[in-house]
Amino acid sequence: MQGKRARRISTYGMLIALAMILSYMESLVPAFWAVPGMKLGLTNIVVLFALYCIGTDSAVGINLLRVFLVSVLFGNGFGLYYSLAGALLSGLVMIGLKKTGWFRMITVSVAGGVAHNVGQILAAYVLLRTQALLGYLVILWFAGMLSGALIGVMSAIVCERLKRFVSFEGNDSRKGLE
Amino acid sequence: MTETLGTIREEKHATGKGATGKGGKDGLLITGLLIAGFVIAGLYGLKYRQGGDVLQVSVAGEVVQTYLLEQDADVVIRGVNGGTNHLHIEGGQAWLTEASCPDKLCVHMGRISGEGQTIVCLPNQVVLEVLDAQSETKSGMK
Repeated sequence: MQGKRARRISTYGMLIALAMILSYMESLVPAFWAVPGMKLGLTNIVVLFALYCIGTDSAVGINLLRVFLVSVLFGNGFGLYYSLAGALLSGLVMIGLKKTGWFRMITVSVAGGVAHNVGQILAAYVLLRTQALLGYLVILWFAGMLSGALIGVMSAIVCERLKRFVSFEGNDSRKGLE
Repeated sequence: MTETLGTIREEKHATGKGATGKGGKDGLLITGLLIAGFVIAGLYGLKYRQGGDVLQVSVAGEVVQTYLLEQDADVVIRGVNGGTNHLHIEGGQAWLTEASCPDKLCVHMGRISGEGQTIVCLPNQVVLEVLDAQSETKSGMK
């Protein structure tokens, strides 16, 4: 029982650290894409991996902790606000879509990518109250689909290769393990 | 390791096959998302058709100043929390030459001149938007 706990803690710690590093890497190349603010969303690989290979709770936990830690370490208050809006909306959408069981991982990721960007635009609208954001929504909508697809493909590969290393993670489906 | 291997067979999560197989309604959702994207793009296209001639500057949702694009100008905009953006208007185009924000995304957004084009600085909550003079009063009420 102790060993299981320890392994779970270390797995979560490692995944959060990985998510933070990926966030940081992305923050180093802000103008990486043609449109300012557009990002690949590498961190979402970790979130998707947690969602599919460990469980919903861990995905939510890793996602939120990652957002807070990255903001404290590398960002500022305003960054937290936007990150949280994007992470929460995309998290909710992906969990919901996964639960239906109708969609493949890549599709869930595409919807998550769109939801992330929509969440950020909504957050911006709350502050700025300008319909000028509609133009960005158009671009970021399609950008979210594209990056979501790329991230979805990568996540499926990563998940396939790594799932056996975390399959000890306690889940309702395997009680008799210990 | 052996116990880990033993559990793989019982893997009930939707990776593996689930990551590539399973599903079935994927096409529907993707098509829906694409259509929704084009609808939003269409709305955007309808809203902004004409050429613009006025630059409207808003800070934190409040319109603070408007400039005529045909008149060259060089001013410093005061955003929230003491942030500043250096606005430059020349030859009918407007752009930001400098900003106090950390990432300078607004400076990288380039020059704007057509109606509906915008430059947004999120940290300073500054929005620059090109408007058409006729619809200016309408937009000002938002």
